Amino acid sequence: MTDSHPKNPPSESTGARADLRPEHIRDAVIRLAGNSQDGIQSAGALLARLAGRSAQEVMTYMTIPSTISGGPSLFQVRVGTGEVFSPGDEADFLVAFYQHSYEDNIGFLREGGVLLYDSDNVQPDLDDKRFVLVGIPITGLTVEALGGTAKDKGKNVFVLGVLAKIFNLAVEKLERLLREKFGGKNESVLNTALMAFQAGYACPVGNVLFTRYQFDPSQDTGGRAQVTMDGNQALAYGLIAGGVRYGAAYPITPWTTVMEILRSELPKYGGLFVQCEDEIGAVSMAIGFSYSGHLAVTGSSGPGISLKTEAIGWATMAEMPLIIVNVQRGGPSTGLPTNVEQSDLYQAIFGGHGDSPRVVLAPSTVEDCFYVAIEAARIARKYSTPVFILSDASLATRIQAFDEPDLKSVMVECQPDITPRAAGFRPYPLDAITRHAPPGTRMLGGVYPTVTGLEHDEMGHPTGLPRLHTAMTAKRRNKLQKLAEEIPAPEVFGGPDGDALIVGWGSTYGPIHEAVKIAREGGESLSALHLRHLNPLPNGLEKIFAKFQRIIVAEMNDEGIYGFGQLATILRARYCDQKIRSLNKTNGLTFHVKEILEGVLQ
Amino acid sequence: MTDGPAPEKLTKKDLTADHPTWCPGCGDFAVLAAFYKILERRQLPHESIVTLAGIGCSSRFPYFVNTHGGHFIHGRAVPLASGVSLARPDLHVFLFGGDGDAFSIGGNHLEHGARKNINLTYIIMDNSVYGLTKKQTSPTSPVGFKSKTDPNGAVDQPVNPIKKLIAAGATFVARTHATQLNHMSAMMERAMDHQGFSVVQILSECVEFFPGAFDAGNPRKGGAFQLIEEKKGDGTPADDLRHDLSDEVAAYQLANLPFPGRFGVFYESGRPTKNALEQKWIGSTRAKLGEPGALEVLQKTFDRMK
Repeated sequence: MTDSHPKNPPSESTGARADLRPEHIRDAVIRLAGNSQDGIQSAGALLARLAGRSAQEVMTYMTIPSTISGGPSLFQVRVGTGEVFSPGDEADFLVAFYQHSYEDNIGFLREGGVLLYDSDNVQPDLDDKRFVLVGIPITGLTVEALGGTAKDKGKNVFVLGVLAKIFNLAVEKLERLLREKFGGKNESVLNTALMAFQAGYACPVGNVLFTRYQFDPSQDTGGRAQVTMDGNQALAYGLIAGGVRYGAAYPITPWTTVMEILRSELPKYGGLFVQCEDEIGAVSMAIGFSYSGHLAVTGSSGPGISLKTEAIGWATMAEMPLIIVNVQRGGPSTGLPTNVEQSDLYQAIFGGHGDSPRVVLAPSTVEDCFYVAIEAARIARKYSTPVFILSDASLATRIQAFDEPDLKSVMVECQPDITPRAAGFRPYPLDAITRHAPPGTRMLGGVYPTVTGLEHDEMGHPTGLPRLHTAMTAKRRNKLQKLAEEIPAPEVFGGPDGDALIVGWGSTYGPIHEAVKIAREGGESLSALHLRHLNPLPNGLEKIFAKFQRIIVAEMNDEGIYGFGQLATILRARYCDQKIRSLNKTNGLTFHVKEILEGVLQ
Repeated sequence: MTDGPAPEKLTKKDLTADHPTWCPGCGDFAVLAAFYKILERRQLPHESIVTLAGIGCSSRFPYFVNTHGGHFIHGRAVPLASGVSLARPDLHVFLFGGDGDAFSIGGNHLEHGARKNINLTYIIMDNSVYGLTKKQTSPTSPVGFKSKTDPNGAVDQPVNPIKKLIAAGATFVARTHATQLNHMSAMMERAMDHQGFSVVQILSECVEFFPGAFDAGNPRKGGAFQLIEEKKGDGTPADDLRHDLSDEVAAYQLANLPFPGRFGVFYESGRPTKNALEQKWIGSTRAKLGEPGALEVLQKTFDRMK
C-alpha cells in the first residue's frame, strides 16, 4: 500500500464494530504463507484472476518446496491500480497459517503492515507494536463452517473470504471464479468451497481491524479484456499461436507445465506432443517433426538442455528450424530446482561444440512469454535455424493479467510445404537461406535431398573440402547477421541520456523498471534498457550506450572470474566499452527493487 | 543421376545416389542391394520414401539411396525417425544403422521406440565390431573378441539383440544374414509391410576388422543357416512343433540358442501403434469440440482465462 497505511495499532482494536472504515489504496502486496498442501497457491491464483477481471494490474510470486507434499510454501499477490512492475519487496499484508509461517515471513512485513494469523496455530509476539495484529481462529472457524470432515481443507478459501471483506473485493466475481474452478468437480466440492468463502466473508474482522481497504477504481482504458495466466501458460499458448503443432520433451521443474499444457492442448489443433524416454530422445523427436515439415518445440530446464546440446548442434549444421525452451533454474548440475537464476545465457548462445550460431530470445514478462514464443516460431521458419527461448523459474509460475492478445492478427497456421520442387533444387544453397523440401515433396529433377550433420556441399552430400567448410560456416553465420538487421533496438525506459543505464534481460524487467521509476521520482538520472534479442544482439546499442556515463548490467548470475556477469561479458566483448559493469545476484531469488537501487546508486 | 522428368517407374537407377564408401567385400553392399530390390518390387511413390540413419559405417546408408533422407547424430535416429513417422502418416520411414547405434549409445531409444510401437522399419546391420573407428569392441562382440579396446579379449557379455527387442515390446522381430539375399529381402519386405515397430537384425560382416564373424551362419563357409519354421495353422501334427509368432516365450527360447542360432521371424504382434492411438485421441478430441479451427480453439481457451 504505497499511498496510505493502516493507522490503527492493535491495542485500539477492541470494541465490536460492524463496519470497517473505508480507506482508498492504489496497490497492495499480500503474502500468504502456509504449507504446500494448504492450497494457498489456488487462493492466490483466484485473487490474481479477480484482479485481472477487474482490469487491475496484478503480479504474483510463489515458492514451492521441491518436496512432493509438506514443507513451507508461500504465494504473494500484488494487486494495483496502474502499472505493477514487480511482486513487491515488502508485504503490506501477511497471512500466516502456522507458527513457522509467521516466524519465517514476519521480517518481510513492512512496518505498519497487517499480520492476519490463524490464532489456532500461531502465537505472535503480542508486544511487537510495529504491525497491526489480527488473530482469527481460521482452522476452528473453517471446521465450524464445513463440519469436522473438512479437516484442514478449505482454510484457503476461508481466508479468501476474509480478504474479500477487508479489501472490499467484488464478491459476485469471486463466487463466479469459485464456481468456474470447482464447478467441474462434484457439487459438494463447490458447495463446500462456497460455504468456506461465505464463512470467511462473514467473519467479524471489524472487532480487530478498523479499516476496510478500497482499491482505487482502475482507469479502464476501454481496450481489450484482460487474460490472467502464468508465464509457462503464456509460453505454451504463444507457441500455439505461432503455429507450432508438434513437440517432444521430458519432465523437469520448472519447465514441466509447458509440456503438460501442450500435451493436452495440441490434439485440439490436430497436433501432438510426445513425452519421450529422455532429453536426447525428446530433442531428436522434435527435430524429426521439424524435418517432416512441422516446426516443433522441445524444452527443458538447465540439466536437460545440457543433454540436448549435441542434437541442437545438428540442427544448426543441418539448418533445421527448431524451438528450444529453457525455463532456467539455479545451476550448475541439479542446482536449485525450484529457484531462479539467469545463468544459462552462455549455454544458450555458445553451448555445444564447433562454430554453432543460434538465435536466443528472452521474454521479460508473462505477457512477453506469449509474444516471444510467436516471434521464435517466425524466426525459426524464416531463417531455418534453432531458436532458444530463455525463460526462468520466476516467470514460469508468476501470474499476471495482461490485455487479451488480438488472436486474429497474431495467429499463424502452417502446413508442411510439399509442393513439387523444380530440377536443380539445392537444400544448402550458398547464395540463399536454406528452405528445406520436407519428405513427401516430389523432386521434379529426380534428385532427392539429404539433410546432414556432416559438413556438406549445396546438395547435402558430405565433403571435407576446406573451401566449402569456410563457405558453409559463413552461410550459417551470415543469416544471423541478416536477422540482426531486422531487429529494432529496444526503447530506453526513463530518459535518452544521463548518469546510468541499467541493462537487463528476461524476468528482471519488473524490479529494474520499478527501480528506475522510483529513482527518477527521487531526481536520479537513471534509465533502463531491456534486451529481448540476446543472440544476435540488435544493431545500434552502442549509440544508446554512448549517451550514459555508466552502463550497469543487472542479471541473476555470477560475476565470473573476471568480474562480469554473462550478458555483461558478451556486451563488453561486443562493444569493447569499459563503462559496462555488472550487478549480479546469485541467491536463487529475484531482485528486490531496493537491491537494484542500492547497487546502481551507491 | 541427371535432372529430368520424374520417372514413370521407380528403378534401381533412380534410387542410386553416391557410390558407397564401404570397404570392398563389406556385407552392407548386399543390404543396399536388397533395399533397392524391394523398392523396385513394391513401387512406392518415390517422394514418400524416407531413409534415416545415425552414425557408423552402415549409417552412411542415406547418402547411397536417392530418396528423402537424413544422417543424424550417433544413437538417436530412432526418436528422429519416430518424429517423422508420427507427424507424417503418408511416408514410409526406413531407418538404418549398426550395432553400436542400436544396442549401445542408442539402446534406450531402441527400447522406447519398441515400447511405443512407432510405425517404422529399422534395419540393423550388425557386424559385432566398431568399424568406422577401426576395431573397438561393440555391444554384440563375443566374449574373447580381441579389439583395440580389449587387446586381451572382450570380457563383457554381449547384448542378445533379439531378446532385447522382444522384451522391449517390438512388434516385428526378425534376424537374417547378409549373405542370404533372398531371405534378407523377404525379411525386409515383411518388416516393411508390418504396422508397427519392425526390426530386422542383419548379420553383416566387416571384412576389415572382424572377418569371418558370421561364417557359422553361412553354408558356403561351412556354417548352418537354420530357419525358424513358422506355424502354418494347417492342423497337422507337424504344425504343433512349428513356431507360433505370437508366442513371446517361445521366441525368447529361440533367441537363446547358441550362435549362429536361428534365422527368420521370431516374434510378431498386432498391438496398436502409437501412431494409431495418438491419431485416435486427436480424432476424438477434435470431434468432441466439433472440428473447430485453430483460432476458435485458442479464443475459447483465452475466454476461460478472463
